[in-house]
Amino acid sequence: MTAKRQIHLAAHFPGVNNTTVWSDPASGSHIEFESFVHLAQTAERAKFDFFFLAEGLSLREHAGHVHDLDVVGRPESFTILAALAAVTERIGLAATLTATYHEPYELARALGTLDHVSGGRAAWNLVTSMDAVSGANFSRGAYLEYGDRYVRGGEMLESATRLWHSWGPDDVIADPATGRFLARPDAGAFAYAGEQVDIEGRFTLPRPPQGRPVIIQAGDSDAGREFAAEHADGIFTRHGDLEGGRAFFADTKRRLAKYGREHDELLILPGVTFVLGDTDEDAQEQAAWVRREQVSGPTAMVFLEQLWNRDLSAYDPDGPMPDIDPIEGESTIAPGSIPARGFTGRRQATADEWRAEAEAEGLSIRDLMVRRAARQTFVGSARTIADQLDEHVQTLACDGFILVPHITPDGMDRFADEVVPLLQERGSFRTEYEGTTLREHLGLAQPWPG
Amino acid sequence: MTNNLHVALGLTGAGWHPAAWREPGARPGELLTAGWWIDQVREASDALIDLVTIEDSLALQSSDPDGPDDRTDAVRGYLDAIVLAARIAPATTGIGIAPVVSTTLTEPFHVSTQIATIDYVSRGRVAWFARISPSHWEAAHAGRRGLPSPEVLRAEAREHIEVVRRLWDSWEDDAEIRDVERHRFVDRSKLHHIDFEGDRFRIRGPSITPRPPQGQPPVFAGDDRIGADVVLRDLVVFLDASAAAAAERRARLDALHPFAPAAEVFAGTAAQLADRLEGERFVRLLPAAIPHDLQAITRELVPELRARGRARTSYGEGSLRERLGLARPASRYAA
Repeated sequence: MTAKRQIHLAAHFPGVNNTTVWSDPASGSHIEFESFVHLAQTAERAKFDFFFLAEGLSLREHAGHVHDLDVVGRPESFTILAALAAVTERIGLAATLTATYHEPYELARALGTLDHVSGGRAAWNLVTSMDAVSGANFSRGAYLEYGDRYVRGGEMLESATRLWHSWGPDDVIADPATGRFLARPDAGAFAYAGEQVDIEGRFTLPRPPQGRPVIIQAGDSDAGREFAAEHADGIFTRHGDLEGGRAFFADTKRRLAKYGREHDELLILPGVTFVLGDTDEDAQEQAAWVRREQVSGPTAMVFLEQLWNRDLSAYDPDGPMPDIDPIEGESTIAPGSIPARGFTGRRQATADEWRAEAEAEGLSIRDLMVRRAARQTFVGSARTIADQLDEHVQTLACDGFILVPHITPDGMDRFADEVVPLLQERGSFRTEYEGTTLREHLGLAQPWPG
Repeated sequence: MTNNLHVALGLTGAGWHPAAWREPGARPGELLTAGWWIDQVREASDALIDLVTIEDSLALQSSDPDGPDDRTDAVRGYLDAIVLAARIAPATTGIGIAPVVSTTLTEPFHVSTQIATIDYVSRGRVAWFARISPSHWEAAHAGRRGLPSPEVLRAEAREHIEVVRRLWDSWEDDAEIRDVERHRFVDRSKLHHIDFEGDRFRIRGPSITPRPPQGQPPVFAGDDRIGADVVLRDLVVFLDASAAAAAERRARLDALHPFAPAAEVFAGTAAQLADRLEGERFVRLLPAAIPHDLQAITRELVPELRARGRARTSYGEGSLRERLGLARPASRYAA
C-alpha cells in the first residue's frame, strides 16, 4: 500500500474584506496582539504548516471615501510575525509582500531577520500590486506599468535571493582564541543590476536558517503560473473546487519539468473558506446565515456599484436591480479595487446577465449579490469536511489549503479540535511536527545545502 | 530631589568596543540570535532601565568611515532592528524598546506602521531612535545614489519624522466603532488623509494601522537638528572597581583593536559615573563590552543612582511615553 499524500494546512488571519463577519458577537479585535496569538497558537496546536497574512498598503476606498462596511485596519506584517515568533515554536510565518512598494534590500533584510529570529520559519507570498491609492502612500508613487509588474517581481525575487546567498553558511566563525570573526573578508558581497533593481555592496545579514525563506506566489495568469513554476515553492490560488483545482494542478505541475523541477517542489495551496456544523444540515443553515451577514444591504450596493461604476444610492438593496446602465471603462468609483477593475470592458454584458438572473428568479439586489459574492468552499460536519479536504489532495486537486476563517480570532478553534483529528486518523496529516523549519514541514529541500 | 534622569542603554554586537567580542563571558557566536538579545534586554529590565536601543545600519560595521574594510577580526553583521524589536517585545516586560531606523533609506509609511505594530505588541513600550544615513556606501545598498549633503539629509529626516507622526494621528483614537445596526466598522470621519507635501515626501494616508496605544510613540535621536522628541547624550562606558582598572582594560582592548568613537568615553567606577551624570536628563550609555560593562551598569551604577534618588524603583503602569514625562497627545486631526 502506498503512503497517502500528506495535506498541508495554513491559517489565514481573517482579512479586511466582507468574508470576515465582524458583526458576530464572537468577533474580536483585528489589531490587538492577543487575536493574532490566539489564531497562531491554535493553528500550531493543530500542527498546521504555517500562519498566513495578507497585505494592504492603503485603506480600501469606495466612491471617494474609506470603505467602512468591512473590517478596517491591520498591523504591519514583518513586525506582527516577528512578535508571533516569540509565542510559537514551530509554525511557519508567511507574509504577503508586494514587490511594488518594498525595496529588495529592505525586504531581504527584514524577511531574512524574521527567518533568523524564528529559527527558519519565514515565508514570502510574493505579489505585484499596482494601484494609485497605495502608490500615494510611498515616495516612489504608482509608477509601474502593468507589463512591468512581473519584471519587478522577478527582479525583486532574484535580487533578494542573491542577498540571502551572499553569506556562506560558515562565514561567521566567532572564535575568540584566534581572533577570527569572519571566515573571509568579503562576506556578504553582492551586486545586482536589472531594469528596475540596481544595487551593490555588502549585505548585513548572515545566511538565513532556511537559506532562502519559502517563496509563495499568488497570481493566476499564464505569466503568473510560469513564474511560479520557475521560482516558487508554493502557489496561493483561487481554485478551491475539485474540477477547477485538478485542471490548475495539472497545468501548473506540467510546467515544472521545463525548469528541471519535480512535482513535489511546488505546492498548490488554494485559499478556501469553510463552515463547520454539528451536522451537514446544521452547517448548511449556518452557512446561509453567514452569507447574509457577509453581504449586508449596504455591502450588496457596494458590489453592485463596483460593476455599475456609478452611484446607485437611489436603489434599494431589497428591491429590484437598477434599470439604468453601467458606465463602461476603468473603475472610477473604486480605483484600488481588484474586483471593480476586473469588470472593465464587460460591465454592460455582466449587468445584463445579472438583471436577467434576478428577474427570472425574483431576486432582490441583495439576494443576487449574496449568491454572486459569498460562497463557502467547504460546508458540512467535521467528517464531511475532512472527507472533502482529503479527496481534494488525494485526487490531485491541490497539495493542501490556506484556510480563511470568517470569525476573528476563534474561527479556527473547531476546525483544529474536530477536523484535524479526523485527517490524522486517515493518515493524511501529521500528528507531530517532524522538523523545525517551514521548509521541513512542507517537504521542501533547502537551497544551497552545506 | 526629584528623579529626572532617564537612562537608555545602547545595545550592539558584543558591546561598542570592536575587540569586546573576544572578552570572557561574551557569546560571540550568538550575537545574531534572538536569544542573546532577549537576555541582554532582560538584564536591563531587571534593573528598571528606561529603554534599550537596538543598533542597526544598512552597511556592515567598518573601521573605515568611507566604505567596507577587509577586517575579519571584529563583529560584522546586523539583524534588522525593527524586526528584532518586535521579536523581543513579547519576551520582555516594562522596558522601552527603541530600534535604530534610518530616515534616509526607509519609507515613512513602513516605519510608521512597523513602530505602531510594535506599540500594540509591547503595550506601549516602543520608541524610534531616528538618524540619517550620510554614507554613500550605505545608501547604494538601498539603491539610492547621488546622496545629498548631511544638511539636506537632516531636512529630509524632519520631513520623514513628521510624516510618521501624522500617520500615527491619521486614525483618531475612537475611529473603530463597530456599529452593527448601521453596518459601520469605523467612523470614517475619524480617519484622515495627511496629504503631506514636502521636498522629498508626498504622502497621502491615512495609515493602515490604527493609532498606536501611546498615540505618539516617542522619537529619540542623537542629533538635535532632526526634530526628535528627546535627544540622548551618548557616553561609551568602561566600568570597573577602580578607575585604574577601567583605564587598564580600555588600553588592553584598544591594543587589540583601535577604537576612537565620536561619543564621549567614560572609564571609571560606578560612583564616578553617577557623579558624571549629575545634571544630565537624557543619556544613552553605550557599554564598551557586553556582558562586563552592561552588568556593571545594571548591578552597580543603577543601585548607586537609586541611592542618590536618581533611578526608579518600579516601572509603574504607564506607557514608555508617560514614564518619560511626555503627555499623551490627542490626534492633531481630532475635531
